[in-house]
Amino acid sequence: MKKENTIIVVLAVLAAIIAATWLSLVAPAYTGNEINMTPGVTQLSGNHFDLHMIVLWICVVIGIGVFTVMFTSIVLHRKSRGHEAAKFNHSTRAEIIWTIIPVIILVGMAVPATKALVQMEDSSGAEMTVKITGFQWRWKYEYLDQDISFISSLNPTSNAARQLNSGITPASVENYLLDVDHPLVLPVGRKIKFLITADDVIHSWWVPALGWKRDAIPGFINEAWTNIEKPGTYRGQCAELCGKDHGFMPIVVIALAENEFDAWVSQQLAEKSQSVQ
Amino acid sequence: MTTEASYQDVSGAHDAHAHGDHKPTGFLDRWLFTTNHKDIGTLYLVFSLTMFFIGGAMAMVIRAELFMPGLQLVEPDFYNQMTTMHALIMVFGAVMPAWVGFANWLVPMMIGAPDMALPRMNNWSFWILPFAFTMLLSTLFMDSGGPAAGWTLYPPLVLQTGTSFAFVVFAVHMMGVSSIMGSINIIATIFNMRAPGMRLLRMPMFVWTWLITAFLLIAVMPVLAGAVTMLLTDHFFSTNFFNAAGGGDPVMFQHIFWFFGHPEVYIMILPAFGVISEILPTFSRKPLFGYGSMVYATATIAFLSFIVWAHHMFTVGLPLQGALFFMYATMLISVPTGVKVFNWVATMWQGSMTFETPMLFAIGFVVLFTIGGLSGLMLAITAADFQYHDTYFVVAHFHYVLVPGAVFALMAATYYWLPKFSGHMYSEKWGKIHFWLSAISVNVLFFPQHYLGLAGMPRRIPDYSPQFADFNMISSIGGFAFGATQLIFVGVILHCVYKSKAKATARVWEGSRGLEWTLESPPAYHSFTTPPVVTHNMLSRAE
Repeated sequence: MKKENTIIVVLAVLAAIIAATWLSLVAPAYTGNEINMTPGVTQLSGNHFDLHMIVLWICVVIGIGVFTVMFTSIVLHRKSRGHEAAKFNHSTRAEIIWTIIPVIILVGMAVPATKALVQMEDSSGAEMTVKITGFQWRWKYEYLDQDISFISSLNPTSNAARQLNSGITPASVENYLLDVDHPLVLPVGRKIKFLITADDVIHSWWVPALGWKRDAIPGFINEAWTNIEKPGTYRGQCAELCGKDHGFMPIVVIALAENEFDAWVSQQLAEKSQSVQ
Repeated sequence: MTTEASYQDVSGAHDAHAHGDHKPTGFLDRWLFTTNHKDIGTLYLVFSLTMFFIGGAMAMVIRAELFMPGLQLVEPDFYNQMTTMHALIMVFGAVMPAWVGFANWLVPMMIGAPDMALPRMNNWSFWILPFAFTMLLSTLFMDSGGPAAGWTLYPPLVLQTGTSFAFVVFAVHMMGVSSIMGSINIIATIFNMRAPGMRLLRMPMFVWTWLITAFLLIAVMPVLAGAVTMLLTDHFFSTNFFNAAGGGDPVMFQHIFWFFGHPEVYIMILPAFGVISEILPTFSRKPLFGYGSMVYATATIAFLSFIVWAHHMFTVGLPLQGALFFMYATMLISVPTGVKVFNWVATMWQGSMTFETPMLFAIGFVVLFTIGGLSGLMLAITAADFQYHDTYFVVAHFHYVLVPGAVFALMAATYYWLPKFSGHMYSEKWGKIHFWLSAISVNVLFFPQHYLGLAGMPRRIPDYSPQFADFNMISSIGGFAFGATQLIFVGVILHCVYKSKAKATARVWEGSRGLEWTLESPPAYHSFTTPPVVTHNMLSRAE
């Protein structure tokens, strides 16, 4: 086989593989569906998104390289083209190269991965604390500094629609399965510490826009933190199988500007003292 | 070739012994009381294929319920029973016994031994399994329902299972006993019954990978047995191993379980590595590239598999140092795994390839397993895993390594050795149809699940928000197609065994290497009653 022909085949295979990669990784977004992780609305979610994209692209490049070599071989080195089999059975140099290069790539990945993890684990300097308790199948939120607490369950409209053969089309229900009766209200721009635990079985508290999930485990208190940068409504779900209604204990976080949040707190406290009287 | 193990001599020698082919005549004598490695291998393979369809039927229920948002078919609790049982059946009933079946058939023939070292125990280790799985499946018909806490059996949730839980635990114990006996048998066979000259570093890769797998099994199955026994006593005898209110520790269960569970995933995939390392050289007509490093890479993966378990638990709240250790150790696994993939590509490079069905499945394995391996590397990154964990991204990842990984390797092995086992050629046309339909549908089934997970869909939920509807529907269509395609597989096997008129030669494939191809097809009931003499590594020497 002439050298130029080999190069042409390599380029053709490379083009085909890049096209296939584009079709599988980029094109589906044009269907209007979300296909990637959210960059979210916190520094942590941004970190985790960046990390995800770095590793994804490294994997894509490695995949394209390996598959290009492999499919070039499949095109060129086939018996039907009269290709004679070579006789080599090892090459110490090649094997050392393809041991060392991956190690270098891994070290390159480990550096940002370590940084992101260290930051995630540092909940010091929090300005307020919310205790989250998982139950089968609802969440309890306690604002430890504000003396507010409530239970948050699946919103009744979704709950009616999600019964077996309810006859209600899920698409007709607003925020089907992702809506609650009492959302967790939080301020933006404040470092908030969460203490996460559970009362019965293990649950996992996850709002993708905040960038992490943390297991709620009976007998344990897990720590996590957030500092939401943008006001808005962020939805998530329990992420650890917790029994029959595991799919039906969503989480809704409403992030308010600081003054609105303070007003919300006063209102909650006023309602509470009223109901006591 | 100048050895006794040349392709002509040994099969010729066996014709002379054909009168010694004492096959038991009665059905029960032949199958229930058999101590013959070939019969037991067949039993294992038939059993695992049956379980593959039972577990597959459960997967069809799952994909049917997920076809669109809203609950249409099953109650959430039954859905959870389906996901739990699907995993238990596929892991313990389909993939593991299938590998033991191939080991039974092939290890003695590959090392030039007449049978397994412990033939009666071999019989027992198989016949435990039908009872174990009958018991496990019977829980679905009990009042309290089957286990519904996921195959990982995490307490405290799993302790909410009703009385059927005792049956689940006992079934798991029996599977463990069976696996341990099977592994002891394989190790004893490989260490004691190799033909003269079959040094360890001349063994075929399938034998090597199974030897290492057998050590993994012996190391971790007792750990699982201990974990489920503690669950049993917590459930029925008021102990508090995993009950926080009684001073126990629910996270401890996860550590113990995954100390078993991570080596377990390599138990399912290492024999696949062996099979691929046998098939690629055959159809590339070229020696295996880097035999020595393939062996060392397998051993390294096996060792590392013991020190990465907590990467399944990044979200439980590990200490920072712990999370870092498990992240680095997990990332390291990609080095020996990379060596294997690169060596396979180098084996194909400059070969003289043909693309019979086993080769197609082997190439499909290398491509799709690599995709699963790369998403595994992504999951190793702890901070990113805080988003990936327990989503469909994880589901996509492990199905890529298990279905177009382990299961494709099993299918490749079936097409590759079935002519040897049965003495007939399968239908190449239907084999290829089976491959292409499987390869396309498996990607339609699992690739969109990456998107679902990244977009935020948790795993193990029977119903979902309409934003996930499109890709779930596509995935379900792929699932139904993949399920239906497997009926072709059964058809090809039945045709090959009972109907095919095309006789298989001893060597079957032009480029096949190894002692099993020196025997006629099918091999005599008792093969290698006189051991062959081996002078070199058949897999890595050019002919």
